[in-house]
Amino acid sequence: MIRTAYLRFELLRTFRNRRYVLLTFGFPLVLYFLIAAPNRHVQDLGKSGLSAPLYYMTGLAGFGTMSAMLSAGGRIATERSTGWNRQLRLTPLTVREYFRAKILTAYLTAFTSLLLLYLAGTVLGVRLPLHAWLTMTGLILVGLIPFGALAILFGHLLTPDSVGPAMGGAIAILAFLGGTWFPITGGGAMAHIARVLPSYWLVRASHVALGGGGWGTTGWLTVAAWTLALSVLAGRAYRRDTART
Amino acid sequence: MESGAGIELRGLVKSFRTGERTVRAVRGIDVAVAPGETVALLGPNGAGKSTTIDMLLGLQKPDGGTVSVFGSEPNAAIDAGRVGAMLQTGSLIRDLTARELVAMMASLYPSPLDVDEVLDLTGIAEFAGRRTEKLSGGESQRVRFAVALVSNPELLVLDEPTVAMDVEGRHAFWVTMREFASRGKTVLFATHYLEEADAYADRAVLMARGRVVADGPTNEIKAMVGARTIRATVPGADLDALGSLPGVTRAERRGESVVLGCTDSDAAIRALLALHPGARDIEISGAGLEQAFLELTGGEDEDDEAEVAA
Repeated sequence: MIRTAYLRFELLRTFRNRRYVLLTFGFPLVLYFLIAAPNRHVQDLGKSGLSAPLYYMTGLAGFGTMSAMLSAGGRIATERSTGWNRQLRLTPLTVREYFRAKILTAYLTAFTSLLLLYLAGTVLGVRLPLHAWLTMTGLILVGLIPFGALAILFGHLLTPDSVGPAMGGAIAILAFLGGTWFPITGGGAMAHIARVLPSYWLVRASHVALGGGGWGTTGWLTVAAWTLALSVLAGRAYRRDTART
Repeated sequence: MESGAGIELRGLVKSFRTGERTVRAVRGIDVAVAPGETVALLGPNGAGKSTTIDMLLGLQKPDGGTVSVFGSEPNAAIDAGRVGAMLQTGSLIRDLTARELVAMMASLYPSPLDVDEVLDLTGIAEFAGRRTEKLSGGESQRVRFAVALVSNPELLVLDEPTVAMDVEGRHAFWVTMREFASRGKTVLFATHYLEEADAYADRAVLMARGRVVADGPTNEIKAMVGARTIRATVPGADLDALGSLPGVTRAERRGESVVLGCTDSDAAIRALLALHPGARDIEISGAGLEQAFLELTGGEDEDDEAEVAA
C-alpha cells in the first residue's frame, strides 16, 4: 500500500523530535520513580488491594498514554495553523487516511510509553502472570480510543497557542479524577464523577491483577459512550473548520 | 472524466465578511484554459487572484458560478492526483529533511516523478539532507515547488511562486517551469509582475478588483498595460494640442508640469520637443501595473460597495 510510506515518514518525524520524545517518555517515568519508589513495600494501597508499584504503574501509564494520544491534537493544530493541511488537501490523501496516520502514530507513542512503564514497574518489583499483563495492556489500548477522538477534536478546535494550556489542563483533571495519583474508592461525590470519566478506566485496568474481570459492563459502556460522543464532536469540529475556508 | 477538457471557470463569485464590511474578492470571473497552455493570472495585490486559485483548487467554495478541472469537480481531479499546486501561504512541516519531505509527498501520488530528478531540477540537491526548519526563505520556496512538481501533475498551479526568491533563484525557477510545461502540461500561475507574465506565459488574464479586465496573448496585454508617462515642465502648453500628439492618449496639468499618458513614449517625446523646444525637467516612467489597471477598470467600483452594504 502506498500509504505505508506516508505513515513511515509521520513516525520518523515524531520519534526524531528529541524534545518531544524526552518529555513524552521521560515525564511519566520520573514521576513513577518519585511516587512509587518510596512506597514500594506498600502492599494494599488505599484499600485498592494492589501494591503501590503496581497501582502507580497503571496510574502513570494512564497519564503517559493519555498525554501521548492527546499530543496528536497539538500536531493537527500546528499543521492547520501553518497551512500545511491546505497543502495536504491538494493531494490524493483522504481525510480518513490523514487521521488514521495521526492516530496510529499516537498509538505507537502511547504503546512505547506503556512498555517503558512496565519495565519500570518490574524494576520496582511488579510481578504478574502473563495473562494479566496482556489483559491489562489490551484494556489500556481500548481505553485510549476516546482520547484519539479527543485529540482530533482539540486539533480542530484550538490554535497552537491554546492547545498547550487546554491539553495540560485536561490531562491534569482527567489524571487526578481518574486516580493516577491515589486510588479513588468508596461512594463519595468524587468517586461518582471519576467513574464516568474515560481516564478512570485506564487506571482501573490494573485491577485485572486482582483476578477480577477487568472493567465490567459499566467500564465498557463508559468507554463506548465517550468514544461515540467525542467522535461525533470531532467530526463536527472538522467539518466546521474546513467549511469556513 | 474527459481528459480533453482543460480548466473552466464560469461566473465565479466570492465574498468574505470581515467584521462590518463585506469584501467582494471575486465578482464574476470567466476563464478557460486549454490543455497544454501556460496562462498567467496577472494583477495587483487584492485583485482576487489567490481567491480565484483557491476556488479552482476546491479549497474554497464559490458563492456562485462553477469550476471544472479536466471535465470534473476540482476535488475529483485532486483525488486522482492530476493537480499539483504551490500555494502562496503555508510553511513546511518540520523534523524531516528536504529530501524526505519531497519523498513523503511523492508517496501520495499514483505516478510521481523520480524524487532525485526533481531535487536536481529544482536545485535542492545541494541541501536535500538538511532539515526543513533550517532552510532559508528562498530554499523553502524551492522545496514547495519540488512538492508541487513531484506529483507529476497534468495541471500545475502556482500562486505568486517567486515572491520569496532572489533574482538568481527566480531565473532558475522559471527555466524549470518552462521545461515542465514543455512536456504538454497545463500551467496556471498568478503574478503581479508584468515581466513574468510576458516572458513565461502564452496568455495573460488580467485581473483587477475581482474582475477580468483583459484576456489575451501576453504581447497584447503588455501593450495595453505597459504604458508610460511623460512628465515635463512646458511653458505655454496647450493641453488639447499636447493630447493630440502622436503616441499620446491623454494630457493633464499637475501644478507647474504636464503629464502625458503614452502608448508610444518614443514618438511622443520627439513630437513634444519639436513642438516645445523649451520643455524641461523631463521624466519618462513606466506606469505601475496598479495604475494601468485602475485606468482599465475606471472608477466604477465605488457603486458596488454601496450595493453590497444594502
